[in-house]
Amino acid sequence: MKRQRQRLDVGARIDRGQRLAFRFNGKSYEGFSGDTLASALVANGVRLVGRSFKFHRPRGIYSAGMEEPNALVQLGTGAASEPNLRATQVELFDGLEAASVNCWPSVNFDIWSLNDRVSSMLPAGFYYKTFMWPTGLWMRYERAIRAMAGMGRTAREADPDRYDQTNAHCDVLIAGGGPAGLMAALAAGRAGARVILADEQNEFGGRLLSEPEDGETIGGRLAVDWVADARAELAGMAEVRLLPRTTVFGYYDHNFIGLIERVTDHLGGAAPEHLPRQRMWRVRARQVVLATGAIERPLIFAENDRPGIMLAGAARAYLNRYGVQPGEKVLVFTNNDDAYRTALDLNAAGIVVPAVVDLRADPQGSLPARAREAGIEILAGHGVVGTKGRLRVTEARVAPVSDGAVAGPARTISCDAIAMSGGWNPAVHLFSQGQGKLRFEEARGVFLPGNTIQANRSAGACNGAFPLAVCLAEGTEVGALAAADAGFGAPVLALPETKEAEEAPMEVVWQVPSDRPPGKARAFVDFQNDVTTKDVKLAAREGYRSVEHFKRYTTTGMGTDQGKTSNINGVAILASALGEAIPAVGTTTFRPPYTPVSFGAFAGRELHEFYAPIRRTPIHAWHESHGAVFEDVGQWKRPRYYPRAGEGMHAAVRREAIAARSGIGILDASTLGKIDIQGADAAELLNRVYTNAWSKLEVGRCRYGLMLGEDGMVMDDGVTARLAEDHFLMSTTTGNAARVLAWLEEWTQTEWPDMKVHMASATEQWATVSISGPKARNLLAELTGDFDLSPDAFPFMSFREGIVAGVSARVFRISFTGELSFEVNVAARHGLAVWTACMTAGEKYGITPFGTEAMHLLRAEKGFIIVGQDTDGTVTPADLGMDWIVSKKKPDFLGKRSLSRADTLRSGRKRLVGLFTEDPKTVLDEGAQIVAEPRDRPPMKMIGHVTSSYFSPTLDRSIALALIEDGPDRMGQTLHASMPGRTVPVRVTEPVFFDPDGERMRG
Amino acid sequence: MLQIACPHCGPRDENEFSCGGEAHIARPKQPDAISDAEWADYLFMRTNPKGALAERWCHTVGCRRWFNVERDTVTHTILRVYAMGAPRGGGGGA
Repeated sequence: MKRQRQRLDVGARIDRGQRLAFRFNGKSYEGFSGDTLASALVANGVRLVGRSFKFHRPRGIYSAGMEEPNALVQLGTGAASEPNLRATQVELFDGLEAASVNCWPSVNFDIWSLNDRVSSMLPAGFYYKTFMWPTGLWMRYERAIRAMAGMGRTAREADPDRYDQTNAHCDVLIAGGGPAGLMAALAAGRAGARVILADEQNEFGGRLLSEPEDGETIGGRLAVDWVADARAELAGMAEVRLLPRTTVFGYYDHNFIGLIERVTDHLGGAAPEHLPRQRMWRVRARQVVLATGAIERPLIFAENDRPGIMLAGAARAYLNRYGVQPGEKVLVFTNNDDAYRTALDLNAAGIVVPAVVDLRADPQGSLPARAREAGIEILAGHGVVGTKGRLRVTEARVAPVSDGAVAGPARTISCDAIAMSGGWNPAVHLFSQGQGKLRFEEARGVFLPGNTIQANRSAGACNGAFPLAVCLAEGTEVGALAAADAGFGAPVLALPETKEAEEAPMEVVWQVPSDRPPGKARAFVDFQNDVTTKDVKLAAREGYRSVEHFKRYTTTGMGTDQGKTSNINGVAILASALGEAIPAVGTTTFRPPYTPVSFGAFAGRELHEFYAPIRRTPIHAWHESHGAVFEDVGQWKRPRYYPRAGEGMHAAVRREAIAARSGIGILDASTLGKIDIQGADAAELLNRVYTNAWSKLEVGRCRYGLMLGEDGMVMDDGVTARLAEDHFLMSTTTGNAARVLAWLEEWTQTEWPDMKVHMASATEQWATVSISGPKARNLLAELTGDFDLSPDAFPFMSFREGIVAGVSARVFRISFTGELSFEVNVAARHGLAVWTACMTAGEKYGITPFGTEAMHLLRAEKGFIIVGQDTDGTVTPADLGMDWIVSKKKPDFLGKRSLSRADTLRSGRKRLVGLFTEDPKTVLDEGAQIVAEPRDRPPMKMIGHVTSSYFSPTLDRSIALALIEDGPDRMGQTLHASMPGRTVPVRVTEPVFFDPDGERMRG
Repeated sequence: MLQIACPHCGPRDENEFSCGGEAHIARPKQPDAISDAEWADYLFMRTNPKGALAERWCHTVGCRRWFNVERDTVTHTILRVYAMGAPRGGGGGA
């Protein structure tokens, strides 16, 4: 059993019967069930927990909650290790292992603390000013600076933990389970509303958990007992969902709320297998109640960052909630009455309180009176003007202050902790995220919720209502109003009586004066990013008047704590330096998340094979068992090539392409988009969406079409067949199927609602087996006796229906390879059988399956474009040399008018041409830039780029397609393609490399 | 995430919809009869008001129907949902 030397023997909300062993920075300690890592560290007398980001100054635990700027830890080791967690929020479990972040080699001796010695040379904006010149070198500096700055480390392995996501709806979502939130939940719950009550802590009660047991009472009961009663009643309501350990991290449009529930984080190794580590809730709430409490505001004084200096409320929490002495001699420093509660509680626990240093000249409230009765010295009109102590505070220098200046000699008070309070800032983060406007209240120097545009209400401390009675009253009121607005009648709820001390007004003090020479004693505003009052004033002098610029320049509030303890002070000091009022300077924008959320929770289960849907053709299993290498085309898995043993991609593609040109190749074309179009106006629809004319296409014939956007740019292409007078089957490119269907639907619903036409996707209902090559007709003849395959009876660009390989088929005589080709379409369930039948019957012809790679090569030899590869949304039909497909007679079609805009008619547009490299073996990179004159100095004028490039086995040389300015006017010219480390001379040629008259595919 | 009341399916999350941009941009009846500038105006120019804006939305992963939505661009409040073809502002609401 290890001694926890700062632990009290009795009281507090910890279970002394349950000892938990843990390690911090390699040393073993013990804590109790109910501890956070921070409270267990304080219990063990560990003061130094981290180093600051820039100066690597020693820092101690500062708070007891999510606002913690200093105590950032790396939790766990290996793949599940997580960086930058706040020790104040990490619940202790047996076997926990944690380490400080941002220090090297150790927290006690950090080599980069040398930065601190030269801190006067590292003012705000130092990195911007110093390392931005010469421009090219920033990249090199940045690497070293980042390594030095550090913070935690991300695990290099994949996160082994599981995360869940869930959606929920509710009538009233309540953020925060303190007195106001609990009361709101009771009010709304009793009215019958569906309620979600979320609180980031392990138990409900908020601030009440940190008060002494004999402190406030509610309804005649101890406050914590009232909390237990309220919780029990809520747990018994069928429509109320209680979510402890759940942070409301984001408030989005239309009351869409993001919550992160830490399901098993507190269990460590004892977490049950079946539970996710964390669960993200996406909640749509009719009404939102914000009861998010307040965050204590630090006093900004010289040398205020030594370990042992903490917020007064935090000192009280460690004492009352965790049974831990925050120190043995704790000086209290305040500008308000609340910190006297800390002094009284410490004193009652037998801890020495050498004095309460109060900036107010004459504190006369009931709490100061009680402190006087208890014999605590009150130094009214005094301030802490400096401190001493290297790895922990050892003394404070206290002097009379008035009118913002030191008004007398300082004396030294020995202490090992300072509990300080500058008042409380309402936690308006969620309200502001939800686009609510903040208003400023001078008296307490606080931003409060102002007008809201969403259905929410604030109650309690986040609304500026600090006394317990007011929290309960506001909670009751907004809970009932929210329920009523969601359609639920009046609740049955009486407001309980409270007993609590009354507070006298505070005195707003943004900066405590110091008697030290300026420049000697630093007063830190932002602890995580080491921003001092001097930095804030420097930014003001340098012209950073906008609060958003100020924030980025000084990095105030840009740490992982997002400035929860620093922003308001920073803004106030900036305002004073600028001579402006605080509301005129304003605050920075609050953005989600309220506290950091793990990426794993956002990803949820949408990982690996669940990241995106995978579509497989009905023939996929055959491809797999025959060794196909697949590529992703949209969501589809398509065979790219089928390597034989020992064969690389180039050899396989060569073999496949030669087979398709000399014997038979077979391709699974099932992924091509198919849209079934029916109705009296079906032909007219095609007339309007394609550039060519469709009215006269005979039934049984097919036609190629080019689809343009209204801007005249090529959007899609494909072959459409007329199945009947009022029935067409359109094919689209694989990746564009959904877009084209949406395009047709958009126009027929929005602009042409009177057209009698309907369309539906038929892609997945059909399997398409494409056989291609000089022997294709012979093979098909063996599989069907239903129709005449002779060239006259079944000409190119027509289709027939009949039995093929024993099943009903639509056979299209169309070609993308330039060879004699038939596309056999059968019901999806027969696809594999028909493919297998082709393979068996085709064996004697040397039938060879080919993949997308060979297909791309074969079509490039023919100069057939692939939309999206040879086009990029800036290419017109004329740019592709495809004017022949643009009807001159049709009065209109989508995109037609744009083809006569000045910009589409101008010379100098990039147009499609072919390229031959001088060395036939050199294959250009796709995307390679083309220049006319390679000897020019950069930046050179790029006149185009390679869109497609292959080695053609048929031509026994490389070929390429390219978009080049005025390309067709440059036939025969030599240009230059830029390749890594060299330029390659190329000759401009026609973009059709093989069988320009199409005799093979028409034969 | 907005919640949009599809006239056919009821209120649904924004990620079920796609936004088709400003509504009531009629396609010119005779594109050949208008100037390049007029065509460019139809093609490219859109208003960008601070306040009420009529947009076309489609319930893409639902009923796939297009309809009009009037949305306040400052607050994202949805002021009105109405049928395709119904006039802008007042009347014809769905």
